[in-house]
Amino acid sequence: MLNLTSLTKQYGALAALSAVSFEVAPGERVALLGHNGAGKSTLMKIVLGLIPFDAGQVSVLGAAPGSAQARAGVAYLPENVAFHPALTGEEQIGLFLSLRGESPARARDLLGRVGLHDAARRRIGTYSKGMRQRVGLAQALIGRPRLLILDEPTSGLDPVSRRDFYALLDDLAAEGAAILLSSHALTEVEARTDRIVILSGGHLVARGTLSSLRAKADLPVTLQITPAPGQEARLAEALPEAVRVGGQLHLSSAQGQKLAALARVAGLGAMVADLDLIPPSLEDIYSHFSRRDGQ
Amino acid sequence: MSATLAPANLAPAILALAKAEFRIATRNRWLAIAAGLMVIFALILTAAGSGPSGSLGTDRLSVTVASLTSLSVYLVPLIALLLSFDAVAGEAERGTLPLILTYPIGRGPILAGKALAHLAILTLALIAGYGTAGVAAVLLDPTSGAGLGALLRLIWTSVALGATFLGLGYAISARAKRPSAAAGGAVGLWLLAVVLYDLALLAAVVADNGGAFTTQVFPLTLLANPADAFRLFNLAAAQAGAAASGVAAAAGAVPLWQSAASLLLWPALAGALALVSFRKVTP
Ligand SMILES: Nc1ncnc2c1ncn2[C@@H]1O[C@H](COP(=O)(O)OP(=O)(O)O)[C@@H](O)[C@H]1O
Ligand SMILES: [Mg+2]
Repeated sequence: MLNLTSLTKQYGALAALSAVSFEVAPGERVALLGHNGAGKSTLMKIVLGLIPFDAGQVSVLGAAPGSAQARAGVAYLPENVAFHPALTGEEQIGLFLSLRGESPARARDLLGRVGLHDAARRRIGTYSKGMRQRVGLAQALIGRPRLLILDEPTSGLDPVSRRDFYALLDDLAAEGAAILLSSHALTEVEARTDRIVILSGGHLVARGTLSSLRAKADLPVTLQITPAPGQEARLAEALPEAVRVGGQLHLSSAQGQKLAALARVAGLGAMVADLDLIPPSLEDIYSHFSRRDGQ
Repeated sequence: MSATLAPANLAPAILALAKAEFRIATRNRWLAIAAGLMVIFALILTAAGSGPSGSLGTDRLSVTVASLTSLSVYLVPLIALLLSFDAVAGEAERGTLPLILTYPIGRGPILAGKALAHLAILTLALIAGYGTAGVAAVLLDPTSGAGLGALLRLIWTSVALGATFLGLGYAISARAKRPSAAAGGAVGLWLLAVVLYDLALLAAVVADNGGAFTTQVFPLTLLANPADAFRLFNLAAAQAGAAASGVAAAAGAVPLWQSAASLLLWPALAGALALVSFRKVTP
């Protein structure tokens, strides 16, 4: 569906993208992660044929970006999507339907799919940011796109709408659509995507499934130990490298030493009231990769 | 950049664009403002032309049309530029341009849709204004029916003049980075085309004192400016300006078909310029 090979883009002296390569297959949801300015929007605009690139190859549905064939099968949701405030949601979606050769009468239907049925006849100028985002999503659903390019689609959405949004994506992917969506936080995409690509300063610094990135990052796990009543001082003595946090002790352990650390705590017997194993957080994993290069 | 919609779907898509643009313009009161301006000025001119019209040997409507022609030279380009200066720069600033450019429709059809809506608004405003003047003239002078042809001619030539400045407005809008810059460019073009150009020509004619410039070059410079071609055509067709000054005499020497050709060529030229400019825009 989408194939990028050594994609490079310069803005004057600034390298916005440096030899970025990855692909998105049919039915696959890929999250493009990176800090602000990492190059996510630039990459997407290149894929859409909106801006030129300097080197590398880009293949969109087997065609050149921006070509007739590509545009017919690609949907886009821009970052901070905007519409004309004087049009109603229904009129705006009706126009987009006509631009894809479909009947504008389907507008209400589409707006209903993103939960905007009741606001369809109101002017977009009166919509909240989250509602505009849904209008943007509705237009991206027009005409069964084979590739969806969604730039920070969940920004401005409350948690419930965000869940609905991912449910919509699941349906689209199940029908075989390829989806590339960007975000600046790994926590936003979590397990809702099949693969993750992390950009940092225009470089691709990591790609893979969440579990493979977790393994590759090899960040330490934290053992959270609650001492038995009155045993706090003795426990701290037995685990000198542990850090006191509130009434608990936090012991950091490399992934390979996990079992040994557990055995050691278990050996302390009655001193320990409870034990929790905390894996590295998504934010930790994300920071590990996105800081590695240039930050 | 190629047209990507099936041919059968292209016309409905352009019409849908025009409909949306028309809605936006009417909701932003552009139609009311344009029509109101035209009606007010038309009524003022009809009332002002209340002198002894019989002395000129023409009916009242023909007199009104002559003054409406002078008014239109200023007002029609102004309204057209007001309608068009925001067309591309405004969409770029609002952030609506990148999305529409990913749709399977070419930039030509996008411009065509906008132009269709703006032309409709302009035409409605012209019919409202000139129509009012026509009705008022007939009420005041029943022999005004003789001037009806002149009025219709004024309407279609005004639409052609408006189309030219719509196209030029789109070109300015596409080349400007921001709507404020586009507005400045539009005002500049208006001043240049309908005020400064004529002043400069007048100065040259006076300095030339009836020499080769006045007889050879001057008529061509008038044809080159769409606003002057519009004035020439309407005055020459009405044979109204022939008696006045030396300038008008020189203008009178220009054959009617030449001013008509300039009037009709300019919209095509301006449209091509708009398209070339819009194609260069990177959102
Ligand atoms: N039109 C432009 N001209 C110059 N620099 C730009 C332009 N657009 C983006 N950039 C720069 O390119 C880099 C990547 O930007 P962008 O792709 O918007 O990042 P992201 O979407 O990941 O936040 C940033 O440093 C940004 O300042
Ligand atoms: Mg961005």
